[in-house]
Amino acid sequence: MFKKVFAVLICVSLCFLLCGCGYEYFDLNLKSNYTREFAGTELNVYNWGEYISDGSEGCMDVNREFERLTGIKVNYTTFESNETMYSQLKNGGVSYDVIIPSDYMIARLKSENMLKKIDTSSLSNYHYIDESYKGLFFDETQEYTVPYNVGMVGIIYNSALISEPEHSWRALWSKEYRNMSLNFNNPRDGFMTAQKLLGYSVNSTDLDEWNKAAELLKSGKDVLQSYVMDEIYGKLETGEAAIGPYYAGDYLVMLEVNPDLRFFYPEDGTNIFIDSICVPSCVQNYEAAMLYINFLLEPDIALANAEYIGYASPNTAVIENPDYCYYQNEILYPKEEDLPDSEYYHDLPEKVRMHYENLWLDLKLY
Amino acid sequence: MNKKSFGSRIVAAPYIVWAAIFIIVPLVIMVYFAFTDSNGAFTLTNFAQIGRFKKAFGLSIVYAVIATVITLLLAYPMAYCMTKMKVSSQRMIMLLIMLPMWMNFLIRTYSWISILANTGLINKFLGLLGIKPLQLINTPGAVILGMVYDFIPYMILPIYTAMSKIDNSLLEAASDLGSNSWARIKRVIMPLTVPGVISGITMVFVPSVSTFYISQKLGGNKTLLIGDAIEYLFNTGPQYYNVASTLSLILMVLILLCTLIMNRFGDDEEVVV
Repeated sequence: MFKKVFAVLICVSLCFLLCGCGYEYFDLNLKSNYTREFAGTELNVYNWGEYISDGSEGCMDVNREFERLTGIKVNYTTFESNETMYSQLKNGGVSYDVIIPSDYMIARLKSENMLKKIDTSSLSNYHYIDESYKGLFFDETQEYTVPYNVGMVGIIYNSALISEPEHSWRALWSKEYRNMSLNFNNPRDGFMTAQKLLGYSVNSTDLDEWNKAAELLKSGKDVLQSYVMDEIYGKLETGEAAIGPYYAGDYLVMLEVNPDLRFFYPEDGTNIFIDSICVPSCVQNYEAAMLYINFLLEPDIALANAEYIGYASPNTAVIENPDYCYYQNEILYPKEEDLPDSEYYHDLPEKVRMHYENLWLDLKLY
Repeated sequence: MNKKSFGSRIVAAPYIVWAAIFIIVPLVIMVYFAFTDSNGAFTLTNFAQIGRFKKAFGLSIVYAVIATVITLLLAYPMAYCMTKMKVSSQRMIMLLIMLPMWMNFLIRTYSWISILANTGLINKFLGLLGIKPLQLINTPGAVILGMVYDFIPYMILPIYTAMSKIDNSLLEAASDLGSNSWARIKRVIMPLTVPGVISGITMVFVPSVSTFYISQKLGGNKTLLIGDAIEYLFNTGPQYYNVASTLSLILMVLILLCTLIMNRFGDDEEVVV
């Protein structure tokens, strides 16, 4: 008897698994043609978690649309931080065709000859990228990158749990929020909150400034609930934590789940970043990578991604589209006069980098 | 030494190849990294850094010891009760013990978050009764609970196996010679299950002391255990592989020492038996 019940249960659950694949393809209005010449080949894409429209809750599944269009199989894997991605690539033994790191990591990858030039002439949708995002410090000649997303870091808090905090990073150190505040679980962003509070540059090469920032972080550890990355979603949405720093785009996604959440850019200044599409030097399927990048720049695809991810888009076809759900959103696209004081991360000399990586480890070991 | 036939060598060959590639080679690489710097030159400086990780080592060992003791205290009576049951119930309970192991332990750890969280199941229930929420998650207790939950099957199974192997006539003989039930447990069952307990302790202590992730998710990620520290180092970049390997090596030696001590202890007990 038991065996029969068990067999039925297994059959039913398998059916559910199979039915889960009932994805309906979108009617895409594509601006360029996509050859099926590379059908049957594989493309390895390495991107941040939650960083592409993935077909959940009726949205577009960008990778599947691409697979249907070109017949190329997309192997999509995700990383949690630039540093993890870097060590995976550096390690060797992996092969990726498309990666989407952030600015300072791009500079580092470029300086270590780990990137391949992107032939923008083969990208017919490249003209959609806003000129102001081209030729930035990490790729002055604009040969290695195609901007994917832009964003700034701010503080998110739950207005149902706490009253509006002062608009400063100091809020994360406030004893009022003991056990309710979060901070980043990666060295660069974690240090940024302390550096900005102390009035330092995030690109300081003065080791003593990093030491002081580390001391400040140590002093705040007691108040903090935990160090998080994407777990912040659940923690802020459910009210498990009341305040924490994260990327503006993620706030908009969380807001849909919990309307009590509020957001501000700290007056001490913050970090601005650009995540760009790159091709690593270990690329195996360059042509397919170009097709994929061009596909990501398609107005329809870029729109689906921008609406799913919630970050500011560098794609003019998205920014200027009045149907875009974040069209002229004040948080993503602040007006000139509301723009917070912000600074990009630059790649730092190895000595400084190892210094702060060790300081961060000591902070966590402390 | 007994001579092995050609046939048995053939049978053993795949295992030997497997062991060489996946056990011996990685160990050699680890030892090599532990004694070199990032340029590959011999050095002992990695070992000089150990002081930084004192707290992580200490916490890992303390948590693992507590978790092992708790699993033993829970598993031993559990295994004893199981052997007293009908065979069909024994199978059912065995299935229930194994069932969670069919799921990935990361998922099981995640579900503890939603149970222990400040806004989690337990605290919601307490809230209904008008009791103030308890701080359950992000505490050492939560980390130890996670370890106990994840590793308890490894304690129950060997003890249960050892107990079910005990010949019933031994227990009958003990009764005939005037033992009451407590004396039977103490003087017959306990000594005969020592090997099971030893392997249970090893199988719980070793993964507990080297665990990562559980402490990150249930402990608030504020204090690293040694497994977390090694993970951080490996994830940060190749220049940290050497220190990370040194830590892994020391951890392995520590575990080896513990196992040796445990086994000695086990052997002595068997002599007494």
